[in-house]
Amino acid sequence: MRPGDEIEPLAVTPDKYLTVRYAGASGDFNPIHIDEEFAQQVGLPGKILHGLYTMAQVARAQTDAGGGPRSLKRLSVQFRGMGLPEHELVVTGRVVSADDGVAIVECGCAQNGKRIIRNAEAELRLSDD
Amino acid sequence: MSVNTAVIGKTYPPAHYAVGREKIREYAKAVGETNPLHLDVEAARAAGYNDLVAPPMFAVVYAFPSLWPVLFDDEVGIDFSRMVHGGQEFEWGPLVVAGDEITTTVSVADISERAGNGFYVFASESVNQRGETVCSARWSNIVRGA
Repeated sequence: MRPGDEIEPLAVTPDKYLTVRYAGASGDFNPIHIDEEFAQQVGLPGKILHGLYTMAQVARAQTDAGGGPRSLKRLSVQFRGMGLPEHELVVTGRVVSADDGVAIVECGCAQNGKRIIRNAEAELRLSDD
Repeated sequence: MSVNTAVIGKTYPPAHYAVGREKIREYAKAVGETNPLHLDVEAARAAGYNDLVAPPMFAVVYAFPSLWPVLFDDEVGIDFSRMVHGGQEFEWGPLVVAGDEITTTVSVADISERAGNGFYVFASESVNQRGETVCSARWSNIVRGA
């Protein structure tokens, strides 16, 4: 990895029932993620993705680029706007520095052209298994 | 809205989490992981791990339950109906594998008010059964003003 390099983009389209599976896997059963009627009653367009699911996609793009789970040492994100099921998420990132086996990647996640995770920064330890 | 900054620094009793192999698999599948270290015990062992390796973001699973007492603390006073998750940071130490026992301690790192909105930052520190810090996290929530 060299400064200026783009990491391999990661694109994924969560299916209609993804939020239910993620709720079970993560333990976050907030009804705004799993109940269409409830979500609409509180003014949302419908069930929204868990922010931490979307963050997990950003993390996955880093560990894919870094060569495995050990490579990801730090990840910080800001959530901006809501993610929706059945719409493609695209994670992108750019290496801003790479020194002494540690790379800093500026990254984010967009859906329908809107950046729903921005100002994200990952620290990767290179030369991994 | 008014925020109670007197509660900054408050620490809550530690919460324990036993990491199960099938829970790692369930989480890995839900987030779309394809790395066999998270799905195939033999592959994980061949790579030198004792058991299935948790994806880094599995920290959500073992650390999040420790936040409930903070979120429901009347002294902190969060109005859930107005709360949004503003930001998140994780810093990882050694990888977590199935069979690990994780203890997480949470504290109130910061509370402030800007433009009528409340900003709440909670810090969590998760250690494994060997006392190694496997994940430090900062959970930032915004409670919109009325």
